Amino acid sequence: MQSWIPLVPDSASTLSWKVDAIYFYLSGITLFFTLLISGILIFFVIRYRRRSPYEIPRPIAGSHKLETLWTVIPFLISMTIFGWASSVYFQQYHPPDNAVEVYVVGKQWMWKIQHSTGQREINELHVPVGRKIKLIMTTEDVIHDFFVPAFRMKADVVPGKYTTQWFEATKTGTFHLFCAEYCGMNHSGMIGSVIVMEPREFDNWLSGNTNSASPAAAGQQLYQTLGCVSCHGANGEGGRGPTLAGLVGRKTPLVGGQEVVADEAYIRESILNPQAKLVEGFGPIMPTFQGQVSEDQLLQLLAFIKSLPGGSSQPQGTASPAASGSAAPRPVASPAQPNRPAAGQ
Amino acid sequence: MKAEEFELPPPSRVNYLNATYGLKSWLLTKDHKRIALLYLGSITFFFFIGGLYALMIRLELLTPQGDFLQSTTYNKVFTQHGIIMIFFFLIPSIPATLGNFLVPMMIGAKDLAFPRINLLSWYIYLIGGVITIYALLAGGVDTGWTFYTPFSTTFSNSYVVATGLGIFINGFSSILTGLNFIVTIHTMRAPGMTWFRMPLFLWSIYATSLVMILGTPVIAITILLLAFERVSRVGIFDPALGGDPILFQHLFWFYSHPAVYIMVLPSMGVVSELIANFSRKNIFGYRFVAFSSLAIAVFGFLVWGHHLFVTSQSVYAGMIFSFLSFAVAIPSAIKVFNWTATLYKSSISYDTPMLYALGFIGLFTVGGMTGLFLAALALDVHLSDTYFVVAHFHYIMVGGALMGYLGGLHYWWPKITGRMYPEGWGRFSALVIFVGFNLTFLPQFVAGFLGMPRRYHAYPPEFQVFNVLSSAGASILGLGMLIPAIYFVWSMRYGKVAESNPWHLPGLEWRTQSPPITENFDVTPVVTWEAYEFAPPEETEIIGKFGSELEQPA
Repeated sequence: MQSWIPLVPDSASTLSWKVDAIYFYLSGITLFFTLLISGILIFFVIRYRRRSPYEIPRPIAGSHKLETLWTVIPFLISMTIFGWASSVYFQQYHPPDNAVEVYVVGKQWMWKIQHSTGQREINELHVPVGRKIKLIMTTEDVIHDFFVPAFRMKADVVPGKYTTQWFEATKTGTFHLFCAEYCGMNHSGMIGSVIVMEPREFDNWLSGNTNSASPAAAGQQLYQTLGCVSCHGANGEGGRGPTLAGLVGRKTPLVGGQEVVADEAYIRESILNPQAKLVEGFGPIMPTFQGQVSEDQLLQLLAFIKSLPGGSSQPQGTASPAASGSAAPRPVASPAQPNRPAAGQ
Repeated sequence: MKAEEFELPPPSRVNYLNATYGLKSWLLTKDHKRIALLYLGSITFFFFIGGLYALMIRLELLTPQGDFLQSTTYNKVFTQHGIIMIFFFLIPSIPATLGNFLVPMMIGAKDLAFPRINLLSWYIYLIGGVITIYALLAGGVDTGWTFYTPFSTTFSNSYVVATGLGIFINGFSSILTGLNFIVTIHTMRAPGMTWFRMPLFLWSIYATSLVMILGTPVIAITILLLAFERVSRVGIFDPALGGDPILFQHLFWFYSHPAVYIMVLPSMGVVSELIANFSRKNIFGYRFVAFSSLAIAVFGFLVWGHHLFVTSQSVYAGMIFSFLSFAVAIPSAIKVFNWTATLYKSSISYDTPMLYALGFIGLFTVGGMTGLFLAALALDVHLSDTYFVVAHFHYIMVGGALMGYLGGLHYWWPKITGRMYPEGWGRFSALVIFVGFNLTFLPQFVAGFLGMPRRYHAYPPEFQVFNVLSSAGASILGLGMLIPAIYFVWSMRYGKVAESNPWHLPGLEWRTQSPPITENFDVTPVVTWEAYEFAPPEETEIIGKFGSELEQPA
């Protein structure tokens, strides 16, 4: 996947060029200082070569001015890199609010991917060009890392928590997907492709694919069978358990006076270890679901909870096709596309 | 005092090498010089094992398919390459050999403060080494030298605990060596050898020792926790039991990042010696170079989080670690500028050690500057865990640490063995190593930027060209390493007999015979000169318009 400049990787996301710009800036600085130092070294080595075995040069006094100069200048230069790179880093890891969510589960040695419309893929991710995609990722076993060089994006996939990253592809094509965190025997086989398509083609791909239930619908099914419904209510309106509708992204008071932002990680924790952070006003009556729900199912439950109408959360998936007021560009792909504020990261 | 002027007593036929005979006299020796040689032998052994692993890696990566080794074997090979090279070669390399030999000699002492502890440290190193070798022979370990959880605790079916035990035990040898150096430098300096008259090698060894003492216990704790977790599922790192796998990475890098400075600081010390002595000039900005070693040692402890920029660590923590990582680069830059300035109007010889020192400055500059790429947050997101990282740290560890070690070994070889190495071969191999090294690792920067992940047994074909270049370079590098191995051994018997002071230098270690007597000096020396005092201080020159604020050498 090389572009016409053979020493630069293909560039296919809105953030690529921002990362590359820093790379070229730093390469310029590196080249400058390396040539400067080696140039001076070579000059001195030739100019001041020993001409007689008895030659003793005069000692030299140090200079505070010079020391200050070559402390301050590199420091200032490095601060420009620091500031610039940090600001782009914030963009890399702060998904925009109107991104389409895709769920990723890593597993030795494959990537399992599910779109919010229900399509599942293995080691392939189909996305339309020009749309913001947010990946919500976890793993069933060891740490992996979802790395797409052409998008200059990479994030570890860590057991026991959700990590997120996002991208917006700028051109169509097939791009490498690598696992970048060593994960055991077939680490180098844990590769795949990201296939960026024209929106129309992507729609065809979506409709042509065997349509399994959307994660939210599957989550609703689970919500029934696991018995969540008896305490949290059929539509998450609450009861013996706290309200779930509109929960995601909201500040929630806890027993003991603290507050927590109910993000993906919090919801996951509350399913697996309900006693860890009890909501104010509720007793420790919920059983743990540790070992009873898989990572896939957790993501489905999460998708369902997010899809519940109410509060800051927008309707989603098959739950309700109500329109969203967000100013985000409307993706063409699916009538039931998710389009709501990101639930924090 | 001019180098040629001082008088030496006529060399005695007895020296530390032939003072006593027999295996027992070596295995029970308390002489720091003999212990240095014991270390030299053992780390060389480990170096060649680690080198063989490197060779296997480069052979496998010649072609995109995984055809030379199976993936499980390949994973063990790169893991063991890392473990052997880092824990059993690079970390002990300069401190345990050159440091052991030279710390007492450079301060005018008879031995280290604790000679028995010094011997003990070698035995501990050996026990750690034997256990690790056992683990490798029994089946090896495949976790990567970084032992990331939960792979290492739950999923790996290899000899994790045995290898960990080897590293754990080996750590104590490092702690004891560091302790010995610190006490020795504090308490055993000869009359007149003030802190600021010490050769800069001692400052860097001192700074290294601080890191060894403060950092190594943390890796010991980390390995212990890892073993507990693996054996009895205590739930420190396993999320299913309420642990946090990222916690392991914090603990691991809290030691392992400073460990990079354990490897490279002594090498910087050697380079300071080489630059000054082979240009017959006092080091420009002596105090800045000395204190920059301490600054590196201190700041080195505050940057571990830059290994975790893509692990979902808080972006704000990432910013702090990024800032500190840029800050730690500054003292290194100060050193490079001062070394360069030292050469101004000096008298430079082209002897082998100087070639290594000059090579070091060039390669370390590249290694350090590419470190900035990885400290820059947004760029690290793309580059981390790719071959860019591999290239970067090899520039630091091979281009930096190893070049300094080889330079130092050539420089002090006549003092250590009493024989000269063959100068022509020395220069030739330095050149071969320099070329081979660059050919091996420069292409890896490009492969990494293009996206080739590290620790890949097979890779997409478009990366092949870089890997072929790299493997070609590695074979040149490997051959380049064999040449000194051969001529060093050869020179011990057939080399030209060395004078006491073959390079005509003022340092204390050159004011005694080669090889030295067991007590190092006949009479405890009294130091009345500054470090690197080739010419009288009255002759000191002030450069141009920078003369208003002087740092006088005296």
